[in-house]
Amino acid sequence: MSQLFSWKWFHRLGSPRWFYQTSGKWLPWLSMLATGLLLVGLCWGLAFAPQDAKQGNSFRIIYIHVPASFLALAGYYVMAIAGAIGLIWKMKLADMVMKSAAPIGAVLTFVALVTGAIWGKPTWGTYWVWDARITSMLVLLFLYLGVIALQYSYSSQDAASKASAVLSLVGMVNIPIIYKSVDWWYTLHQPATIKFTEAPSMHPDMFQPLLVMILGFYCFYAVALILNTRVEVLCRERRTRWVQELVASKCT
Amino acid sequence: MELGFSAIFRRDLLLAFRHRAEIANPVIFFLIVVTLVPLGLTPEASRLAEIAPGILWVMALLASLLSVEGMFQSDYRDGTLEQMIILPQPLYLMVLAKILVHWLVTGLPLTLLAPVLGMMLSLPEAGYLPLVFSLLMGTAVLSLVGAIGAALTVALKKGGLLLSLIVMPLYMPALIFGASTVQRAVDGFSVDGPLAVLGALLAFSLLVSPFATAGALRVSMHG
Repeated sequence: MSQLFSWKWFHRLGSPRWFYQTSGKWLPWLSMLATGLLLVGLCWGLAFAPQDAKQGNSFRIIYIHVPASFLALAGYYVMAIAGAIGLIWKMKLADMVMKSAAPIGAVLTFVALVTGAIWGKPTWGTYWVWDARITSMLVLLFLYLGVIALQYSYSSQDAASKASAVLSLVGMVNIPIIYKSVDWWYTLHQPATIKFTEAPSMHPDMFQPLLVMILGFYCFYAVALILNTRVEVLCRERRTRWVQELVASKCT
Repeated sequence: MELGFSAIFRRDLLLAFRHRAEIANPVIFFLIVVTLVPLGLTPEASRLAEIAPGILWVMALLASLLSVEGMFQSDYRDGTLEQMIILPQPLYLMVLAKILVHWLVTGLPLTLLAPVLGMMLSLPEAGYLPLVFSLLMGTAVLSLVGAIGAALTVALKKGGLLLSLIVMPLYMPALIFGASTVQRAVDGFSVDGPLAVLGALLAFSLLVSPFATAGALRVSMHG
């Protein structure tokens, strides 16, 4: 039993070197998968999916907007959970993952906001509405920026990791509260007549490419996270022998 | 266990009263920024009354935000914080005492001053009591949440701006429910709902915030 359920994999995961070597093997496959899914999803969504009855072709931005929003939120949880693992088990790798996840998440949140604004112009007639979802995405962006800012303001790497782990955990507790309160605030205000003109259920022909795009974004996120973390591993472990040997072998 | 709490509570309160000017600062800030509103927007009473609930709440939030920076700063500089952390007392309670004192010397005066400023902004009569109640609970939430940010940035040389960046998103729920309490009262609706949510926020942050703050202080001290 103890052998079956050994924690060996978990401890091994704590070794940046092991991560660097293993992820190096996975990376080409994962990037190919991500590229393939994104290409298929984009072509399918942009060229072959049927037009929307009301919005015409402008709805096609959904194939970027929705996956980006998905991962903006999921990315925060990745960051916060990595931060928690780093705090609890003092795992160096988790700290690195947390640091690498922050900018990716912030960029995805920004992409979600910008595509939403671009989509809003033809559908709602305005780039920006203080809608519950938009506002909570904006707050999410602020939370990301706070974590990034905190990360770079400490001179000691260890303190920076712990501090931003604490902050991202506090943020994680707050995300549902913020989301609910913004939602409540929005229903209270009852602004204008602008509504989410999204159909309650999507036609399968439109939904299937979206699903492919979401999967593609997940893979893309994993690739970006791994790449960022690998850089972080090399940067932080630059004084160890295995990194120096690696660099030496690449240089000759 | 209560020793740590009451000792810190008494000490901080005493320190606060020895530095009376520092107590006055957030209150004066509140007064001045509220004065800016009619100057910048309009002195017309009917339009001021419309925006008064939100403005009062936003300004109280800013005043609280500015004062929260100093919560641990002097203790950090003179080494008291280090001593507090190595004391055989739960840091949770000591941090709670510090937050409580911070609220007593900033949140409470802000709350008491708010009706006067409400009058200056010609807040409709129905709004006064809800304003006081919402600020009474809301400023406590702000002090509790702000303490986490203050603890995270206490060891940094230029923590002030960063602190606002970190803390402001976390302040938003309190602002939403606080301002809507007053707004609803002005509009003639029941304020039980938002006040209850503010109470829930207070109870929750009372539970979680000193814990997170204590953790953040340990990080700030030892890296």
